[in-house]
Amino acid sequence: MAGKVDALYFFLVAVSAFFVIVIAAFVIYFGIRYRRRAHGEVGMKVVPSLALEIAWTIIPLGLGLVMFAWGAQIYFNQTRPPAETLDIYVVGKQWMWKFQHLDGRREINELHVPVGRAVRLTGTSEDVIHSFFVPAFRLKADVIPGRYTTLWFNATKAGRYHLFCAEYCGTKHSGMVGTVVVMEPNEYQAWLAGGGGEGSLASQGQKLFQDLACITCHRADGQGRGPALEGVFGSRVSLNSGQVVVADEAYLRESILSPSAKIAAGFQPLMPTFQGLVSEEQLLALIEYVKSLKGLAPSQPAADTPGGPAPGRTTPARGPQSPSERQRQNPKK
Amino acid sequence: MHDDKTASPYEPALKHHFDDLGQQHEAAMLGMWLFLGTELLFFGGLFTAYMLYRVWYPETFGAASRTLDITLGAVNTMVLITSSLTMALAVHAAATDERRKLMAFLAATMVLGAVFLGIKGIEYHHKFVEHHIPGFGFQFEGPAPERANLFFSLYFAMTGLHALHMIIGLGIMTVMLIMAWRGRFSARWHTPIEISGLYWHFVDIVWIFLFPLLYLVDRHR
Amino acid sequence: MDTLAFPRTHYLNAEYGLKSWLLTTDHKRIGLLFLGAISLFFILGGIFAGLIRLELLTPPGDLVSDDTYNKLFTMHGIVMVFMFLIPSIPAVMGNFFVPIMIGARDLAFPRLNLLSWYIFMTGGLFTLYAIVTGGVDTGWTFYTPFSTLSSHSNVMTAAIGIFIIGFSSILTGLNFIVTIHTMRAPGMTWFRMPLFLWAMYATSLINVLATPVLAITIFAVALERALHMGIFDPAYGGDPVLFQHLFWFYSHPAVYIMILPAMGVVSEVIAAFSRKSIFGYKFVAFSSLAIAVFGFLVWGHHMFVAGMSVYGAMIFSVLSFLVAVPSAVKVFNWTATLYKGSISYQTPMLYALGFIGLFTIGGLTGLFLASLGVDVHVTDTYFVVAHFHYIMVGGAIMGYLGGLHYWWPKMTGRMYPDMWGRVAAVVTFLGFNLTFFPQFVLGYMGMPRRYHAYPPEFQALNVLSTAGASIMGIGYLIPAIYLLWSLKYGAIAGNNPWGAKGLEWEIPSPPPTFNFDKTPVVTEPAYAYETREK
Repeated sequence: MAGKVDALYFFLVAVSAFFVIVIAAFVIYFGIRYRRRAHGEVGMKVVPSLALEIAWTIIPLGLGLVMFAWGAQIYFNQTRPPAETLDIYVVGKQWMWKFQHLDGRREINELHVPVGRAVRLTGTSEDVIHSFFVPAFRLKADVIPGRYTTLWFNATKAGRYHLFCAEYCGTKHSGMVGTVVVMEPNEYQAWLAGGGGEGSLASQGQKLFQDLACITCHRADGQGRGPALEGVFGSRVSLNSGQVVVADEAYLRESILSPSAKIAAGFQPLMPTFQGLVSEEQLLALIEYVKSLKGLAPSQPAADTPGGPAPGRTTPARGPQSPSERQRQNPKK
Repeated sequence: MHDDKTASPYEPALKHHFDDLGQQHEAAMLGMWLFLGTELLFFGGLFTAYMLYRVWYPETFGAASRTLDITLGAVNTMVLITSSLTMALAVHAAATDERRKLMAFLAATMVLGAVFLGIKGIEYHHKFVEHHIPGFGFQFEGPAPERANLFFSLYFAMTGLHALHMIIGLGIMTVMLIMAWRGRFSARWHTPIEISGLYWHFVDIVWIFLFPLLYLVDRHR
Repeated sequence: MDTLAFPRTHYLNAEYGLKSWLLTTDHKRIGLLFLGAISLFFILGGIFAGLIRLELLTPPGDLVSDDTYNKLFTMHGIVMVFMFLIPSIPAVMGNFFVPIMIGARDLAFPRLNLLSWYIFMTGGLFTLYAIVTGGVDTGWTFYTPFSTLSSHSNVMTAAIGIFIIGFSSILTGLNFIVTIHTMRAPGMTWFRMPLFLWAMYATSLINVLATPVLAITIFAVALERALHMGIFDPAYGGDPVLFQHLFWFYSHPAVYIMILPAMGVVSEVIAAFSRKSIFGYKFVAFSSLAIAVFGFLVWGHHMFVAGMSVYGAMIFSVLSFLVAVPSAVKVFNWTATLYKGSISYQTPMLYALGFIGLFTIGGLTGLFLASLGVDVHVTDTYFVVAHFHYIMVGGAIMGYLGGLHYWWPKMTGRMYPDMWGRVAAVVTFLGFNLTFFPQFVLGYMGMPRRYHAYPPEFQALNVLSTAGASIMGIGYLIPAIYLLWSLKYGAIAGNNPWGAKGLEWEIPSPPPTFNFDKTPVVTEPAYAYETREK
């Protein structure tokens, strides 16, 4: 990705330099050629040229549209992660970056990723708006309280890269920095294996699900006072209001924090709000747990929803994936 | 200093920097229209916020909207429309040089404006009793109650800003009434009445939008 | 030649005493009241800038604490944007010259004009109060939810100050539009108006239509802090990004409030010092209006990384490229105006040529930010800082200084030493480039803006930048000295020291209180240099 951004960037630099030089050359040439030679001298009449006006309106317009199309194409790719990604959650907080790997490993201000694999970050913020910025990847995305934003990248070279918060967030804004450590796949696996014994993110979510007594209503057998959650993620959910929504991360989040906002069809608004009772990280664990619940939900899976899971989405586990698969998921950036 | 009063006959209302009353009138009217354009965008920010959240949270906003008193709202709408009529009649009376009528219609406009504010006050009081004022022991029963806070915040911000404009309007009308009483206006020159009328109608129109947006938006259930 | 005698009575000595100034309705005196006020604010904002640059001399945060640094850049932004740049050319030169250039005795609403100054001062004092009692640390952009939920500084006072200042711009803009519409002298048709007036007209439209949105938005921030309305608070279902939309709906057009007047000045100065009519007059005039209109449609390009939808981002991106075209048209037309001119290089012309160079760079780097793929990388870095300083300092302040030097003889009746003027213009130009050009590179290397401390690899460029800032400071100090000096010791200017066209040059310097003995009649287009007899 960095190479593509740089190519456009240097094209823009070249166009800019061209215009600056041309304008400067004309200004200097006219400035010398037509300098005032006598006290009372005035300029000569010049007939205005409509053709010239049209030309220097159309040419910048055309160049602008080329730049637009080029930039938009890069942006489009930047916002569309491939089907197979390594998912990591990120929570911004004054003034640190907290990362949550699916296998349960947590990090603060340091993010370890394998080289040559598409990594998708889903992020939010606990307090104010922050912005996740890795200059080496030419990438930036705001993390915004109350919603999830995503970005993805595919690091092509092992190394340590700056991670900055790019959206001003208060006193220690300039201290909200970290490092992205890009590792060779085998080193990465070794690093992952060195994690603590908390279990995977989904299993942490499962524990919360029991501790918060969600399980008493959301029973797997569908006999509870709340809907069963097996297979609900990514499916279309009919609501009491007659609407149909896709159960994505944002919907799950809303259903935990504002349960009465969108009631699934056939259920009563009985669930209390968990606003203020669960942290952003616990929310992510709960969501990851719900995502992990496969099963026979009554509704249809929505396969092609952007942001939703693609068919055959795997939860990356500790075991290494086959190299060929990794290769396949590796669009050259 | 050059006192350049050009050729036109002496006019007490003519300011020194205008050539004639026509130019002065044109300037004042254009100025008022531009000011109303500013006002429109001033309300526009709140309208945008309201419409956005109304689309996002139709359930909560519908439920919150249904707690507003539609009868009082409708009566107030009638009161305000009537006041626009009396204002228009006042401008007409000024144009035809009928001082007594002018004063009567101005007074009628003011009374109607005051009635509007009184009814609005009653509605606010109801909301206070029902704990529907954000920041003052706010309580709400309904879907996603924490978002009802948003509806009532916007309700009070928009109607409050509108009421503030009404109060300013009453102040302007008081000044107009005094000027009319002192016989400042004539068929030739009554620009202040005209631009005050424009202002009054504008405040009226804002309410014409506020009423359906806030009161009627979800009544069909 | 004009006789170089100082007029016996003029607007400055028509009345004496403090009261004659504080209660004046003379547009010229009000212009000078604004000049005094914004000059003080400029010095204040400049001191903040100097401290910022000193802090950034070294990578760790060592000169001031992080909180102080955050307050410094916030107050630098607030003071410079709201209290200097936005009022600058309109409130000083617009107030002074709009009536004169159309052949009127005053603005349409002189008392409203005075009120505008008082509102400005009230808002300014509010903001100053917020500064001296501890400052604000939200950035001049007041982004929520930081400004509403997190910041512990004087957000409320500053927000109210900015809210109040907004009404000053609205009233000034309203006054100009009405004046230009209704008070033009006989024969002064729309297409005979000097381009400065077109620029003021376009600026005023933005002032009248965009400022109220900022006012209500900033007021909502204050209310949110006081009452927790929830409009921008996710806990209540509010959307913090809505604030950004409303804020930039004003603040992007506000960039054009700052640059359009400077473009107007540059048109005047280039015509006067080339003694030639502006090439493509109508294109330059309409491009001002086009910028004003398109400027309202591009606010979203400040939020490309703030979770905006892909297609929304594309629309804002393509519109942002469109708004660049009228700016390019202006630059080309100014350049073509030089062709076959009779060019002299007095101080105002140097500022105008400097403007063309810096504005061209500023405008072209704007394309980088309009381009989605590149914007994702460079937004919120020093690239953005460099870009908008090229527009707002390289563009707007160069235009402001050019205009001040062009009309100073008319405003005061005195000439300043032109040699010193030229030295200052060159020093400013060089210092400016040294300050801000390295910041483009810093931004592309990835240095985020609003950083108190930074990784050591960015130091070399930061040192260059700070060195440039000190040179630029000297460049601003020189005019302050010789302009004040000229008030007493400057040569008598006479009616028309530059041999320029325009109604303002046909009346004495300084002008009489009511500008014209009798209403002038206009018989020729603006800039009719080529046809004049002499």
